[in-house]
Formats: sequence, C-alpha cells, structure tokens
Amino acid sequence: MTGLLYLIPVALFLGGLGLVAFIWSLKSGQYDDLEGAAWRILQDDDQPRS
Amino acid sequence: MTLPCCTIDGDYFEPFKLEGEDAQRWISTAGPGLKRIEFIAPQANHPEAMAHIETDLGALDGVKSARVNLTGRRVAVIYVEGVIEPQALIDRLGIIGYMARPFDPRETGLTKDDREGGRLLRALAVSGFAASNVMLLSVSVWSGAEDATRDLFHWLSAMIALPAVAYAGRPFFYSAVNALKLGRVNMDVPISLGVLLASFMSLFETFNGAEHAYFDASVTLLFFLLAGRYLDHLMRARARSAIAQLVSLSAEGATVIEADGKRRYAAARDLKTGMSVAVAAGDRLPADGIVTSGTSDMDRSLLTGESAPETVKPGSTVHAGELNLTAPLTVEITAAGNDTFLSELVRLMAAAEQSQSKYIRIADRLARFYSPAVHTLAAITLVGWMLLGHGWHDSIMAAIAVLIITCPCALGLAVPAVQVVASGRLFRSSVMIKDGAALEKLAGVDTVIFDKTGTLTKGEPALVSPLMVSTDTLALAAGLAQASKHPLSQALVREANRRGLTPVPVNDIVEHPGLGLSATYNHEALKLGSRAWCGVEDAADDKGLLEFAFRRGPRAPSIFQFEDRLRPDAAETVSRLKTMGLAVHLLSGDRESAVQRVAETVKIDTAVSRASPQGKLAYVDALAKAGRKVLMVGDGINDAPALAAGYTSMAPASASDIGRTAAETVFMGESADAVAEAIKVSRRTQRIAMENFGLAVGYNVLAVPLAMAGLVSPLVAAIAMSTSSIIVIANALRVGLGRTATPASAMLNANHQAERPGLRNAA
Repeated sequence: MTGLLYLIPVALFLGGLGLVAFIWSLKSGQYDDLEGAAWRILQDDDQPRS
Repeated sequence: MTLPCCTIDGDYFEPFKLEGEDAQRWISTAGPGLKRIEFIAPQANHPEAMAHIETDLGALDGVKSARVNLTGRRVAVIYVEGVIEPQALIDRLGIIGYMARPFDPRETGLTKDDREGGRLLRALAVSGFAASNVMLLSVSVWSGAEDATRDLFHWLSAMIALPAVAYAGRPFFYSAVNALKLGRVNMDVPISLGVLLASFMSLFETFNGAEHAYFDASVTLLFFLLAGRYLDHLMRARARSAIAQLVSLSAEGATVIEADGKRRYAAARDLKTGMSVAVAAGDRLPADGIVTSGTSDMDRSLLTGESAPETVKPGSTVHAGELNLTAPLTVEITAAGNDTFLSELVRLMAAAEQSQSKYIRIADRLARFYSPAVHTLAAITLVGWMLLGHGWHDSIMAAIAVLIITCPCALGLAVPAVQVVASGRLFRSSVMIKDGAALEKLAGVDTVIFDKTGTLTKGEPALVSPLMVSTDTLALAAGLAQASKHPLSQALVREANRRGLTPVPVNDIVEHPGLGLSATYNHEALKLGSRAWCGVEDAADDKGLLEFAFRRGPRAPSIFQFEDRLRPDAAETVSRLKTMGLAVHLLSGDRESAVQRVAETVKIDTAVSRASPQGKLAYVDALAKAGRKVLMVGDGINDAPALAAGYTSMAPASASDIGRTAAETVFMGESADAVAEAIKVSRRTQRIAMENFGLAVGYNVLAVPLAMAGLVSPLVAAIAMSTSSIIVIANALRVGLGRTATPASAMLNANHQAERPGLRNAA
C-alpha cells in the first residue's frame, strides 16, 4: 500500500500537467481555426523557402 | 495613384481605402518595429485560398507573416512598419481576387463570444480533470478500500473536487443567483443546489470518516452539464461569426464637398446636416438629403421593395440606403445619423421587439415545474424519514440523495445536444440559426409571410421577352448597355453573355440619366432606354413588366421586357410549405401588377402590394393579435420592422445589413427551399427534444423512489446519471440522420453568395 504514497501524487501531477498544457494551448489560439488546421496538413509546402 | 482594377466574377469593385486617423484603430503592435493588422476576406473560404493568400502576401517585401483563419475567413498579417503600408496589402489582396477590409474584432462582438467560449472551455477542462481523478479514487473506494485508506481517498477527493466545483460551477451559480434575484427559477437553481449540497454533505461525511461520499457525482455532473453548455455556446458563436463575415465591405462614408470646392472623405458618423456630398454612380447614399445638382436613377428596392429604378433631379428627396445608378449627384444632407429615414425604421424595429412578448425557452418552462417538484420530493423524504423514526443525520442524507439524483443532468443536455446537432445540419445546408430559441420558435410557426423583391425573387431583373430577339440586335444593345450600371442594362449584358454573344463595341456612348443611353454605330444613331426616349408609343396593355426600348437609326424599334426573376424552387417551396400545413402570404412594397404576377406564378393566394414599412409591421402585428405564429421572410430595410415583429424571422444572406441583423435566421444561396428545410428540421428537432425530455423524466421516475428509500449509494448515483446522459446524447444524434439538402449544391450556393456580399449592402 505504501506505493500509493508515490503513485497518487504522481498521477495527480501528470493529470495536472495535462490540464495546464490544455489551458496553454487554448490561450495560445490553437483552437481558433479548427477548419483551417484540418486543411493545412494537406498543403503542398514542400518547396524550400527561399 | 491609379488603383489597381479588381474584379470578382466579372464585377468590378473598389478596394477598401484606409484613410484618416481611423486607420490606427485596426493596427496593433506585434513586437519592435512590427505591426499587426487583421482583414476580413469573405472569398477566403476554401483551402486553396488559404495557401494562395499566405504564399502571395508572404512573398511581399516587409511582410513578416500572413496567416489565414479559414473558420473566420480572416487574414492576419504581421508586417515591418515603414517598409510596407497596410493599404498595399489590401490592394494586393484585391489584385489576387479577394475583397478585404480591415477587421476589428471589437466591432462585431466576436471577442466577447471568444472570451465566454474560453471561460466555458477552461471550466470544462478543469471539471474533466477533476472528474477523472476523483472517479479513479472513487472506484478504489467502491472496490473495497476501508478505514484509513478510504478516509485518505475521501480527503484526496475533497481536495480535488472542492476547488474544481468552486471554479467550474461558476457559470451555473451566477445564472442561478441572477434568476433568484429576479424572483424566477431556472434549471440552474436545482443544478447549483444539487452540486453544492453533494459537495458539502460529502465534506461533512469525510470529516466523520463515514462510508459514502459523493464528490465524484458533483464533479461528473458539472462536466456533463458544461459539455452541454459549451455546445450551446458553440452553436450561437458559429452562426454569429458567419453573419459577421457578411458585414458590408463598402467603406461607410462619403466624399464631402467643402465650401471652397475641396473634396475630402468623411466617415458616415461625421456627416452633418447642411453638408454637400458627392455621390458617384454605383454608390449608396450615406444620409437623407435633397439633390442639388445632377440627374440620375435611384434603385430604391432595399427601402421600398419597388423593383423599377426611379429618376431623381435637383430638388428630389433621397434617402440613406438608396443606390445611385446612372450619374454622379451632389446631395445636400437634410438629415444624418439619428434623424434619417433609416433610423426611424430602426426605432420602429426596437418598438416592435419590445411589444413582442418575451419567448421562454422550453427548458426554462420545464424548470418552473421541475424545481418545485424536486424540492417538494426532497422535503417529503426528509419528513417521511423523520416520521419513521430515523435520526436527523440519516433523514437529511436521504433528502440530499434525492436532490443529487434528480440534479437535471440529462435534462440540461436534452435540449442543447439536439439543437447543436440540428444547427450543424442546417449549417451544412447553408442556414444559420442565431440561437436555440430561434430553432424552437421556427418549429411552432403556422404562417409564413414572404417579401417579394430580393426574397422570393432574386432582386435582379432578367430578360423575359422577346425570346426570339435577333442576335445582332441583342449584341448591339448589349454593347450600349455595357456602359451603364442601370439594372436593366446589366440584365441585357448578362443575357448576351448567357447566349455566348460578344457585345458589339459602339462609339460615343452617352448616358442620359432618367432617359437612357445614346451612341453611334456605323453612322447610325443608337438609342436604348425608356419608350419616350426612343420615340415609341406606350403599349396598350401594360403588364407591369420593366421595359427598355432599343432603336437603331430609322429601323423599327425593339422592346425588351424584363422581370425580376424568381429564386429557383420558389414555387416548389411554397407548395411544400402548404403541404406542411402552413399559411403562406406575400407582402410587398412593389406595384400591384408585379406582385400579382409573382403571386400567381408561385400560387400564393393572399398577396398585398404597395405596403409601406409601417404597413408591413401592422400586417404582421394584426396576424399576431389573431393568434398566428408568423415567420417573416424578408431582406430589405423596409422589412426590418416586420422582421422584428414576427414570431420569428428569416433573411437571405444578400439582405441589407439591417434586415440581416433583425432576422433570427439567415440563409445563404439561391434557393428559397432553405425556408421549408429549416422549418422541417426545426420540427424534427423539437420532436426529438421532447423525446429526450421523456427519457430524462423516465429516468427520474425510476431513480427517485430508490433515492427516497435511501438505496442510492455513490456507485448507483454515478451509474444512473452517466447512463441517462449518454442515452440522451445518443438520441440527439438522430437529428443528424436523414436527407440533407444536397450539401454539395448548398456549398456551391454558399460560395457564390459569399463572392458578392457587398452587392446589396446599405448604409
């Protein structure tokens, strides 16, 4: 049972990390243009930038 | 500097001009020496546009980055100050085929929407995090954790759940407090009560090292409810931003002529009574006034519904929102800002909105019965347990268990889930619903009133007679007509293009406002215009068609007749509406003959012509007083008060700004079938929402007796509440099934519409 003493805080910390990451991504505008993001992956932008 | 010529779909348009101090409000700083500006570009609505704009603008000197937001049809550009001017960006966008105007999120209220959405999403994330972690601990308790371990897990749950409830529950708490302050009860009252009581009771039990704690119930409830709330918000925000994209692309202002003859540009709000403004052909009037010089034809269709242009000369009164067709005018402003004919209509509209009884959403109507019922049941449980000789503690526990189990989780999801699916489906058929209430009202409609010009018809005339015109004559007439912005001239050119003819170049074209055009071709005089202008006698039977006469030298004249063409499917839509059991009326400001003909074609029995804006309002009001639930469909400025007075209202996307704002639903595309489709989907939505209510109530009928008997453990509560929510969501998805109005053609329509948003925008 002593494993719980480590595992529970670790689980909570990782979960909290996920929450913080989500809120960060929300704030940085990554959910602003979901439609555009879906199309961007199909774009041919392989040409080297000059 | 000559501006680059920009055309879209063959239509020339002036690029937006950034002028005056005003320009600064669109520009923000994005780092040392860097500026950021955002444009709205309605044509940037397909993935190719995204790549096209980003590569093209990105290659310009001084442009640091250009990024397209496809959802919002916006372009954000970061540029180096001094190297490139924002005006150059607009011009460049114009050259590559995108009308653009600077965009200030504040002006459309989109920022507010975004902020609210962000708040809900953050609350959703926090409750989701808390729910998953607390559930993990709860499962351990249910699987048999005991004594110290159980207490530890309960304490941990409390530490996670209490802050999460305090943070994520705020939308519900605020709403509940606001309702109670007004002496009303909404769904958020039992929600808040259930969640808070579950949390406090569990904390109390945890203190005492008791067996049951309901922390998982309170956070899971919040998670499900927030999901419903966020979906509801998403639906409204999507429709609102789509409508905001349709904002006028024309600069709102006018060229003022100073006393010393100098000309300067002024924004519409800076215009004052007594100023002289120059109105070029093709411009909308910015204010009411009197013509002081020039003769021209005015298109008043947005104001009066009249499809034939009217000739104005010095001394004529003109109104804001009218379109100057043929020649430049100088107008002395007699009323500006709040005194115009337009603002008069806005006041009428506001009055109509106020007199309309406030619509109460289904969920709130239900809450009026639900909350008292639930609270009574809890009280009965408390008293019953006391009478049966149980102690205070057990009795209160049982009563609280009733409140937790009846917390309207499924009910809170029942309506928004269905409406979100329905609005998504309508959105794909290019119908944009502003909010859920509009969808509910649409289902209850029993009378549909159509405006004629621009709503049942396309608002642009088309050649109907003679069909057997000789190719030479048409090509020659089109050559003449090319020089004019008169709607009939443009209809002639369109017809020539449609038949694959090239308009014949002619010489010495002169436009005579109010009369017509003259030119020479091979030493012969050509004339196109009114009968009087071409020396043709008036016809014996005036069928109310719009006409242009054409004369070539001494030869016999031809008469071209035009008609405002119906939207495709107009007749089918009317008959479909009738089979759905709806009464259909036609209410127009146009001439009787024109209205009558349209009414006969689409088979509408009740038609009213020459209706003023006040007349339309009175007509709708009278029907409403007679107990009818009226759907008003209209596009013009003159329809706005009637739109506001209707039980609910629809406008085509080509409508005037004011018409679009007044309407609760906006449809894009050419087809009028959107009206019938919207009513059909809304009725189906209503039926499924009712089914959902039935399911939610059924769940309560099963669960409440268990709770009253004290048999609901946290495990039972968790299973019961999750299952009911999932069943309700699954049922909601059924709205999306079934035939959708061919999405592909709807998309085409939508794109086509978006390409000409500035066309009919007024003031």
